[in-house]
Amino acid sequence: MADTVKLPEDSFKPMTPAERQALDSEKIAAPSLTFRQDAWRRLKKNKGAWVSLIVLGIIFIMAFGSLVVSPHNPNAVNPSYANLPSKIPGVGINGFNGTLVQAGQRVDAYKQAGASAGTYYIMGTDYLGRDLFSRVLYGTRISLIIALVATLFDLTIGVTYGMISGWKGGRVDTIMQRIIEIILSIPNLVVIVLLILILKPGMTSIIIAIALTSWVNMARLVRAQTLELKEQEFILAARTLGESSMKISFKHLLPNLSSVIIINTMFTIPNAIFFEATLSYIGIGISSPQASLGTLLNDGQKNFQFLPYQMWWPALILSIIMLAFNLLGDGLRDAFDPRTKE
Amino acid sequence: MAKYLAKRIFYLILTLFIVITVTFFLMKLLPGTPLTNQAKLSKSQIALIYKQYGLDKPVWQQYVLYLAGAVKGNFGTSFQFSDQPVSYLISSRIEPSLQIGLQAIIVGVIVGIIIGAFGAMKQNSWVDTSATVVSILGISIPSFVLAVLLQYYLGLKLGWFPIAEWGGFSYTVLPTLALAAAPLAESARFVRTEMVDVLSSDYIELAKAKGLSRMGVIYHHALRNSLIPLITIVGPLAVNIMTGSMVVENIFSIPGIGEQFVKSVLTNDYPTIMGLTIVYSFMLCVVLLITDILYGIVDPRIRITGKAN
Repeated sequence: MADTVKLPEDSFKPMTPAERQALDSEKIAAPSLTFRQDAWRRLKKNKGAWVSLIVLGIIFIMAFGSLVVSPHNPNAVNPSYANLPSKIPGVGINGFNGTLVQAGQRVDAYKQAGASAGTYYIMGTDYLGRDLFSRVLYGTRISLIIALVATLFDLTIGVTYGMISGWKGGRVDTIMQRIIEIILSIPNLVVIVLLILILKPGMTSIIIAIALTSWVNMARLVRAQTLELKEQEFILAARTLGESSMKISFKHLLPNLSSVIIINTMFTIPNAIFFEATLSYIGIGISSPQASLGTLLNDGQKNFQFLPYQMWWPALILSIIMLAFNLLGDGLRDAFDPRTKE
Repeated sequence: MAKYLAKRIFYLILTLFIVITVTFFLMKLLPGTPLTNQAKLSKSQIALIYKQYGLDKPVWQQYVLYLAGAVKGNFGTSFQFSDQPVSYLISSRIEPSLQIGLQAIIVGVIVGIIIGAFGAMKQNSWVDTSATVVSILGISIPSFVLAVLLQYYLGLKLGWFPIAEWGGFSYTVLPTLALAAAPLAESARFVRTEMVDVLSSDYIELAKAKGLSRMGVIYHHALRNSLIPLITIVGPLAVNIMTGSMVVENIFSIPGIGEQFVKSVLTNDYPTIMGLTIVYSFMLCVVLLITDILYGIVDPRIRITGKAN
């Protein structure tokens, strides 16, 4: 049979450069992408998530940048400039030009307070004459720090717990799941409040309280995913080769869990911000002169009827942050798991 | 089914027992006494007051007594209001909270289903986009911000509803709306995703091929099947409402248990805090139990696998 195959002589000639180019232009394969690159591309296509990412970036830079440059000292009290409305240079719209309605007439509050023509408070001032813009930046920073640190702890606890529970299985898993069920049957806020009572109100205790209560969701998701991964061949291979459980969990499980973890983190952060705001709003969170978005809302709400801007600004920023994290979380979920979107 | 129910009730009791134990010992860790003016009281007076509250006994005896009382629904005496049993305090205040909570969950879920279903029906149109916007906003705006805004604009400016206090039905409208936003948003999102899934399944194609009307397909086949999993999120929604009610009741000064909880926390009224924690856990446990049972009834597939186990 072998002698029947006759290849023409010219099959063995090297290609001319022109021929080679013609072949290359026929190529239609895209450069191969890793899973993460692929997800990143999908994320960039999602307008809502992309805008959220930029907005969050700006908020982060402004909140933490205000440590270095802040328009005013957020704690500097100036009673003569108390309760000044918002005034933005060059903007003539009522509500942003430093005027207020008093007894049915619109008056220039800045003139009344005897402020010089060059005095501007972008978001106005609060009842002690503190610059609201600086306070909001400061409050945002505290809220973000609390949320991020709490999320970091909650991530560590949740991922470890979920991985152990899923990996060990059997009785360990049953007991660990029972514990989770018990925690889930007490409303989160009640537990947080009890913990704060014990730890004394303050930033650290809020962080601990939020972290100790919100890991449950993460643990459940990670456990479910671990149970699935555990049965797969590459884990079996690693076990057969004699890798320790510790090494398998770091080298094989964790990278495969990363998308679940990242997505859930994006929903944990706004939750933590929300809990912090609620606690400070009730009056057992951050105490003055420290400020968070919750305390600012609480302060603003007292005067809402007459000075609505004092609540509008923190409410706006809080809602924008929550919105951005939620949209980003949605976007990440679609990016990591394209099946969820048709 | 009976076996499953018995098992679940056993776990419910176990959970409550653990909740009681943990809160009891946590509260014992805290400083603070029922005395308002300790410096002015003589030793014997203090001893008498301690005896009245049962604080003279060793901690383990107090625990046993508390546990025995809790079984009968007796949670001790409030520190804040003298001679007021905690159980009376709670039972006289639970009605407004339950009413607002139930109204909020019903309104929220029903409106959420409608919004979600329309979003899924007109997928990727402006209807869908606005449904998504509503649900994202509902999740992003905290209930207490919404409560203040509603109170100011609908209550004060437009004067449609009373701004605070507790009276007839009209007093419940604003707090209900404030609390309903979150369940509305959650269920709208949930129903939309489920229904998009269901609408692309084969039996919907078949129903269409049979020549059923559009509404018939949606109502009889798509909606019903996408609503079943909705039962699973009722538990989390209940938690959401309980959390929200603590702040919202405060804003509208509604004499409910959420408002009482915050007040007790601020005044270190430990027996009331403990009692309310137990009541909250009990309510949540019951909600979770009911939703699990309902799920089994509505979806026979789960019942069958449950029996096989």
